[in-house]
Parts: sequence; structure tokens; C-alpha cells
Amino acid sequence: MIEVRNILVQRNKRAVLEVASLDINRGETLAIVGPNGAGKSTLLLALARLLPIARGDILFNSKPLKQWDELEYRRKISFVFQSPLLLDMTVEQNIALGLKFRGISKEETHERVGRRIKQLGIESLSKRRASQLSGGEAQRVSLARAFVLEPELLLLDEPFAALDPPTRKKLIEDLSALLAEDQRMAVFVTHNLNEAAELSQRIAVIIDGMVRQVGTAKQIKSEPADETVRAFLQELSQ
Amino acid sequence: MLFDSEIIQITFLSLQVSTVATLISLLIGLPFGTWLALGNFRFRSFLLSIINTGMALPPVVVGLVVAIMLWRSGPLGDLHLIYTPIAIIIAQTVIAAPVVTGLTAAALEALDPRLQQQLLGLGASRPQMIWYLWREARLPLLAALMAGFGSVISEVGASMMVGGNIRGQTRVLTTAIVLETSKGEFGTALALSTLLLVLTYLINLALTWIQQRGQKR
Repeated sequence: MIEVRNILVQRNKRAVLEVASLDINRGETLAIVGPNGAGKSTLLLALARLLPIARGDILFNSKPLKQWDELEYRRKISFVFQSPLLLDMTVEQNIALGLKFRGISKEETHERVGRRIKQLGIESLSKRRASQLSGGEAQRVSLARAFVLEPELLLLDEPFAALDPPTRKKLIEDLSALLAEDQRMAVFVTHNLNEAAELSQRIAVIIDGMVRQVGTAKQIKSEPADETVRAFLQELSQ
Repeated sequence: MLFDSEIIQITFLSLQVSTVATLISLLIGLPFGTWLALGNFRFRSFLLSIINTGMALPPVVVGLVVAIMLWRSGPLGDLHLIYTPIAIIIAQTVIAAPVVTGLTAAALEALDPRLQQQLLGLGASRPQMIWYLWREARLPLLAALMAGFGSVISEVGASMMVGGNIRGQTRVLTTAIVLETSKGEFGTALALSTLLLVLTYLINLALTWIQQRGQKR
């Protein structure tokens, strides 16, 4: 479980994110929605311990992040960025990368990589080099690379933002199935409310660096917490 | 006039001295350039500007400074290194290290900055992250190595000043060319120049082949 308690994140000494309280439960996918520059990705980076927090605490399994050994914690999570950021190697090697970092045996790596390649329907790409993939294919590889680690916490930063609508639809379906099957704790950043509703149980709306509302898609749509949320929803529907 | 055996000895010494200097420059430049590219500290831009200036260091100035340091009455005079191949290696390292450092920093800065976060986000330790960043930048890093080698195999000023161009001991291809030209032995000078060009070409051909192979993979 993740508990965010009264955190402040600064960039160039300017507050960019303040979260009083936010919980992510085991097995739950929480979507974070909000306009561009609202602080969504900043929250994800703070959760991954890739950005320092100036105040407050993030607790992972009841223990503050600063008390976790940095590497030990980062090896319990996995991060998928908007851009696939694959390395110049084959698809198989890319997917195996995190397992290699963890010193997992070749046999186990082969078995785990093979399973995820099959699940994401990229068997025909496994020997191809990353540079030869389309955007959708590369993002599938990036998802396989994150899921193969079987992380306790999966962080997804707008992984479909750069894809065309049909590719995006298919990938969302596949990701939804993977998340349901694995029952993994996940945080999914998007600025598409429908995407958020499809993939997550709860949604947190972040605007101007503050969490304005947490609830189901239905609750947020029917009862926006304040004017900023209402205005954001209106903007989305236009 | 030079004998064949002497030419072989001069050629071998040139290659030996410049290869060792380039490798030492790589040992210094790769970690230092990486630190400059990935670090987030005060004076980073200042240090980078110093390194970039260092990439254009005139060899004669380097020769002069190293000669002062190694001169018998100089601060390192007791080491008795002046007019030895080691003195040439020191001077050439001073010339090549900023080149390798500056180009290493440039190669790593050209990578997507989020790649560091992605590698860390997949559970890489810091050394693992750096290793994979080097791997991603391997083609420009090889270019840095080629530029470093090119800057020292072709320089003459520093080798002349700290090596002394002593026959059978510190005479390298470039200093031999200068000497033969000053004696009016243009034929020998031209032959040595051709040899130097062919050698430089062959080494760069090998490195380019490795580089292109990496690109096609």
C-alpha cells in the first residue's frame, strides 16, 4: 500500500506539487487526471523516488520511502514513460533489461520474458531491433518490460498519449486485462477521463499542483468537488 | 638518410606512445566526461567551458608547460623524465584528455535525459545506469576515441619539446619529418609523411568499421 502524507515537491525552489493525503491500495489501479503541467508526472516521479520531496512522507508498505534503501525500493517498482525509451538492442533484450539489473538467472529470464511477449502479442517482434518498431509496437515492448518485473507498484506516465486512436484502443484493452489478471498496484497518469475510467477503480484529479478530488469516474462527473474540477471536466468534454 | 630498421623503430614508438596516451586519456576522459554530463552541481557550465577550451590546447603550449614541470630544476625534475618516451606520453595525454572528456560529455548530453530515469525506474543501480548510457552512446564515444588519437598521433610541438627528438630513443614520426625537412631531405620526409598518413588512415578505418558495424546492428 502507498500512503502519501502532506508532501511538497519543489522545482527551482517553486512549489509544483502539494498533496495532503492520498492512498493507493494493494491491487488497485489509481488514475491521475489533470491538465498539462498540473503536476501529474511530478507525483509519479516522486512516487518512484526519482524526485526529492521537500516536505512530508510517502509510505510504502507502512515504511517511509526515505527509510527504504533506494535501490531496494526502486526494484519493487517499475516505470513506463510516455515515450517507450527502448535501448538500441533487440525486443527480447529490452524486455529482459530489468531482470538483468536484478541478476535473475538466464533460464528464469527466458521463461518470464517469453510469457510476457506472448501475453502482449509481440512474438513476431522478439528478435527485431527496437529501432525497427512502430510507436504502438515499441509501447507494447515497454509495457512487457515493466510487467516482466512483476513489480509491487507499477507507474505509467501517459503511455498511450503519442499513439493513434485504434492502436491506443487495443493497447488499453490489453493493459486493462493485464492489470486485472495481475492484481498489481498501479498508478496511471492520463488526461483522458474515459481512459482513466476504463483502467482504474478510482481517479484523482490534480489541478495546479493540488489533488482536488478523489473518487470514481461517475462521482467525479456527477459531483465535481469544486469549480476548478468542473471547469476541467468542461474543457475535456469540448 | 634513415635505415629501414630505424624507420620501423620510429613508427613503432609513435604508435606505442600515442596509443598509450590515448588509452590514459580514455581512462580519465570517460569517467570525468560522464560526471560532467550527468552531474548537477555548481560550476558545471564553467568546468565544461574549461574542458571545451582544453580541446583546442596548442601542443606547443602543452609542451612548454610539461617541459617546465619535468625540467631538471622543475618541480618534477627528480623523476628524470624529460627527453624520455614517458614525457611524450604525459604531454600527449594532456592534449588528448580534454578532447576525450569534452566529446564524452557531449555524447552523453545528446541522449534523451529521461533515459536515465527510465533505467533507474527499471531498477538499475548507478553503475548499471552509466554502463547502459555508455552503450547507447557507443558510436559518438568511439568518435571521441578517434578524435583523441588523431590529436596526438599528428602533433609535433609537444613531442619535440619534451622528447627532444633523440635518435633511437624519443624520435617519433612527426619529429623525424621535421628533422628531415630541416636537413633538406624532402624524399625521406615525404616517405615518413606518407607512412604516418597510411597508419592514421588504417587505425581510423578499423575504428570506423567498428563504429559502422555498431550502427547497422
